[in-house]
Amino acid sequence: MIDAIIDPFVEFAFMRRAAAGCLALSLAAPPIGVFLMLRRMSLMGDAMSHAVLPGAAIGYLLFGLSLPAMSFGGFVAGFAVALAAGLVARSTLLREDASLAGFYLVSLAAGVLIVSVRGSNIDLLHVLFGTVLALDDSALILVASIATVSLVALAVIYRPLVLECFDPQFLRSTSRWSSPTHLIFLVLVVLNLVAGFQALGTLMAVGIMLLPAVTARFWADDVSGLILVAVICAFTASLLGLLLSYYANVPTGPAIILLCGAFYLLSMFVGRRGGIVWSLVPRRHLEA
Amino acid sequence: MPGTDSAIAFQDVTLGYDRHPAVHHISGKVEAGSLLAIVGPNGAGKSTLLKGIVGELKPLSGRIEVKRRSRVAYLPQQIETDRSFPISVFDCVAMGLWQRIGAWRGLSARYNDDVARALATVGLQGLSGRLVGALSGGQFQRVLFARLLLQDADIILLDEPFRAIDTKTVADLIALILAWHGEGRTILAALHDIEQVRAHFPDTLLLAREVVAWGKTGEVLAPANLAMSRQLVQAFDDHAEICERQPA
Repeated sequence: MIDAIIDPFVEFAFMRRAAAGCLALSLAAPPIGVFLMLRRMSLMGDAMSHAVLPGAAIGYLLFGLSLPAMSFGGFVAGFAVALAAGLVARSTLLREDASLAGFYLVSLAAGVLIVSVRGSNIDLLHVLFGTVLALDDSALILVASIATVSLVALAVIYRPLVLECFDPQFLRSTSRWSSPTHLIFLVLVVLNLVAGFQALGTLMAVGIMLLPAVTARFWADDVSGLILVAVICAFTASLLGLLLSYYANVPTGPAIILLCGAFYLLSMFVGRRGGIVWSLVPRRHLEA
Repeated sequence: MPGTDSAIAFQDVTLGYDRHPAVHHISGKVEAGSLLAIVGPNGAGKSTLLKGIVGELKPLSGRIEVKRRSRVAYLPQQIETDRSFPISVFDCVAMGLWQRIGAWRGLSARYNDDVARALATVGLQGLSGRLVGALSGGQFQRVLFARLLLQDADIILLDEPFRAIDTKTVADLIALILAWHGEGRTILAALHDIEQVRAHFPDTLLLAREVVAWGKTGEVLAPANLAMSRQLVQAFDDHAEICERQPA
């Protein structure tokens, strides 16, 4: 049994690379997801993952299947959409979710158009579903660098970010951290989606960010606990997903995300914090 | 020149939304150390005035001068706080230390004691590990006051701090405000309970989109002034002319 788990990684370099890439992703993306969830911006991650597409597609058209070009393009497109949405929300009547919906839909449509006019369907599948089993050195370095930058940046803005989620008015009235914190956080969201789409594809990148975060809500009740549970959940799902795809010969990205989803469903039922099963067990109330 | 010691000075200030004034041409000074109640009917501009002082709303015209290097603490009426956020009472109160610990410094033993003492002062000892989502409305208001305690501010702005709170809690919080007053802090509180104001606040500003009266509470809250304040509050006029009023 243990051999069956270890052997693929011992035997094949691409499995070891994939595991390393997944570890990097699992360290940085789930904490970002925790804050997205706490700010009630869970669906924003999804929208942003679509917004990244045209930038990546343009990078692909200009430079072929070049990782830096596609990543840079994706980052620029994603960040432009996030920034535009934020500016529109602050200067007009539209709320941030509505203005973001407007921009990301345009961005997504442009991306699909660019890919389908110029590329073949196979390429589109690569962009959409990622290639975790074919991570080369540059991809691995990119993913690891983004993870490192994200963790350091999160540590730096941790306290203001918690405040910005919990009581933005207080942060605004006592310091100048509010806007920089929001901006840095947006950059981190986009960076991690870009890192994720290398491995899992644009559609799946947001899964490794958010599913572990919502899963953690059923197990932990403070921010640091949420982050810890989310990271463990993401990494476990990644390793199991790699093995599943190795033995059952299914695509890796969806396998990892489906396992994250399985953890989520399981936690929803048996999680210590508000799992459904516990509400079905009649327990006598306390004295005080 | 008298009033150089003022904590806040208004120079012909007009505050409003979308060019429509909510507080019209207010001038005057709040002396340092005063305990000032701001009263007036709904829509009189009480919250708007406080937002202007804290800088959340830019004046349409005029200037608001807050004494230099004074720390301002503000308890808004429309709390944007996310009560479902998983944060403990202790951590929430400790936010009041922000000006001293900033984004990075840790909580030393001394600060831990400060937080515990603030919680004890508002009568919430023993609840420090509780999540804020598990508190009642009154308990949460006590938490916010404990946070204000730690902010150690020179100027404290309270916008309707006693809404939907039982009389025991109100009495406790008023005692806190009076203690702050005794320490020489400047306190401005928007309130709607006239009896409360008469009982505890030496000075009152009666507002009805402009200043109706400002001074000693007993004189300001005369029946004639109160009647006038109710008349003065009208709705925004979509076809209002541009205001040409000269400063008094």
